[in-house]
Amino acid sequence: MTNNFVFESDLAARTIRIVREFNAPVEKVWKAFTDPDLLEKWFAPKPWKVETKRMDFTVGGVWLYAMVSPEGQKHWTQYEFTAIENCIAYSTTGMFADEDGNTGAGAPKTYRNVTFLSIGSDRSKVETVITFTDEATIQMFVEGGFKNGTAVTLNQLDELLVLE
Amino acid sequence: MRRDVFQAIADPTRRAILSLVVVGAMTPNAIAEHFGSARQTISKHIQILTECEVLVQKKTGREIYYHFNPKKMKEIDIWLERFRKMWEDSYNQLDDVLNDL
Repeated sequence: MTNNFVFESDLAARTIRIVREFNAPVEKVWKAFTDPDLLEKWFAPKPWKVETKRMDFTVGGVWLYAMVSPEGQKHWTQYEFTAIENCIAYSTTGMFADEDGNTGAGAPKTYRNVTFLSIGSDRSKVETVITFTDEATIQMFVEGGFKNGTAVTLNQLDELLVLE
Repeated sequence: MRRDVFQAIADPTRRAILSLVVVGAMTPNAIAEHFGSARQTISKHIQILTECEVLVQKKTGREIYYHFNPKKMKEIDIWLERFRKMWEDSYNQLDDVLNDL
């Protein structure tokens, strides 16, 4: 069965929309998105790894985690949960951080809305809409991408991308 | 200041200018006629687009024409393709996680 993967960008609106279907009931998919132990198993594209330092899945709570490069380098990101509707949707504000969760003043933000839909007893659909704050955010994302083609830079780009 | 394609498309007037020039090369005056803004404002946008290398200047006779440079816009596609691939990879991993749940 196809997973109906959709990846659409609207650069004028500074949004990217990603849709995907999964062969699992919505409760399970929700769990995989919100349980840090499960997130660590899939969230980082290999060979990167996710290491959770803090997870408080409540409105106002945060997920502080590191993207760990194959060389062991850690890049910290913090998501703040701004809205949660159990098994239906959640929203986050994402920012770069240090390992204590300190985010720089005026650091670029990205906003994410993730919605979960049951489309059968054993099938679910997840839609993510990422909104970039402003030009600065997009530029920051690009910094690593086109400066040069070194592996380090590409790794940094990967980390930036995973921040969404 | 850093100039790249993302800066080029970050502004609505610049996007409008691009959509005009994509159809055919234009002089700065012809471009400006499409907008209510001061000519100086449009000139500034054209300058940024040129610095971003999305527009290329070519002289024909006494007139300067601005041409669209599709190669530069390709960078956005490359970046998005990379981003898309990462999501695909992560979600394929998620399939396995869900199978084991």
